[in-house]
Amino acid sequence: MSEVPTELKYTKSHEWIRQEVDGTVTIGITDHAQELLGDLVFIELPEVGSDINAEDAVCVVESVKAASDVYMPISGEITEVNETLNDAPETINDSPFDDGWLIKVKPSAAVELEDLMDADAYQAEIKES
Amino acid sequence: MSQQTILYDKHVEYGGKIVDFAGWMMPVNYGSQMDEHHQVRSDAGMFDVSHMTIVDLSGDGVRHYLQHLLANDVAKLKDSGKALYSCMLQPDGGVIDDLIVYYMNDGWYRMVVNAATRDKDMAWITEQAADFDVEINERPKLAMIAVQGPNAREKAISALPVDVVEAVSELKRFFGCECGDWFVGRTGYTGEDGFEIMLPESEAAAFWDKLSAAGVKPCGLGARDTLRLEAGMNLYGSDMSEKTSPLVSGLGWTITWQPEERDFIGRASLQQERDNGVQQKLVGLILEERGVLRGHQKVVVENVGEGEVTSGTFSPTLKQSIALARVPAATADHCQVEIRGKLLKARVVKPVFVREGKAV
Repeated sequence: MSEVPTELKYTKSHEWIRQEVDGTVTIGITDHAQELLGDLVFIELPEVGSDINAEDAVCVVESVKAASDVYMPISGEITEVNETLNDAPETINDSPFDDGWLIKVKPSAAVELEDLMDADAYQAEIKES
Repeated sequence: MSQQTILYDKHVEYGGKIVDFAGWMMPVNYGSQMDEHHQVRSDAGMFDVSHMTIVDLSGDGVRHYLQHLLANDVAKLKDSGKALYSCMLQPDGGVIDDLIVYYMNDGWYRMVVNAATRDKDMAWITEQAADFDVEINERPKLAMIAVQGPNAREKAISALPVDVVEAVSELKRFFGCECGDWFVGRTGYTGEDGFEIMLPESEAAAFWDKLSAAGVKPCGLGARDTLRLEAGMNLYGSDMSEKTSPLVSGLGWTITWQPEERDFIGRASLQQERDNGVQQKLVGLILEERGVLRGHQKVVVENVGEGEVTSGTFSPTLKQSIALARVPAATADHCQVEIRGKLLKARVVKPVFVREGKAV
């Protein structure tokens, strides 16, 4: 069974979102997603400072098997990227919700994180698939 | 309809993640494809390849038949057990399949062809046999387990039945031998030493457990693909197909042109292609920038033309992305590959990246 931490929000495309105290959000891919992808070997991160719209592709994560896009759950500016992934993409396999985070984003509008799925809804979603 | 090999329950028991491969429910990995890859390069791994098609060919006319059917020449096989890699071609030179054929005696050859191409292969093999004194027997009741890696032979020998051990301990590379109902080839698809072991289905599950107890770890189709690609071995359907000849698929070495009077299927077309000048070649690529090469990416060769990646992956051994690609014949030592709209630099190399655990 994949881990689904209750304090996070989720998308159907398997991103997780964590609201930080400073108003930014941290985004990564879920345990379920890394399991589906298998061993990750390459992560393409966006430029810090770029503005990206919700639902646009923001990162590419590639496993030995395949390449997969990561989508922005909300619109905003990229404030930080997890550069340790450049040399250690497998961090996402080992720690998808902590050390394997992808990007930090400053939302362009007051974020309605309530519109995203909670842990229960995401759990139900991945059970169906 | 998905088929299962006799080892399906073992795959589930050993935690295999099952996927559909050419209509077969096969394990893609048992946890980590990367770990399985390294296991084969550094120690010993086993693969269920029972989905592959084993065909016995017998009869007085079998040698002449195979000399007609295959682009490589079985007349090269003089010692009992010796194996030969060959393509089976259409009259237009397109590759129907690649295969291994073992010469056992003048009246018996054993051939192993791909699972995904089974139906068309069997139809073709049967159709071509009409004018020859040859009997064709598919052997679907044989399981097949490939044990590969630097310690594969030693560990497999500790798990094999005693009478089989005697027969295989002196087996030379690229030879096979029959031992009762078992058949062992010192062959493989990983670039490592090892065995491919064919055995009665009824004994397969117990043997799998014995190999596991001997320290041979189960490996899935995922690792099988990265291992073969590092070894520079072609995959049918990706690196060659009915639409490509062996000459543009890095398989020219498998065509035996002499003697000229041997009229194998596809010969005239290949001869013509060669006379006209072969337009493309299959090369190895090593990506010099960050990214991962994948099948069907466009290759751009400055002032020469374009080509295409036929298989690509991230090489767990080299920690770089590698690929096989079909490019214009005039391609020199550099090219670019288009990945998500960007042109990235790649080095053109001989299509072999790793042999026996070492970078080439």
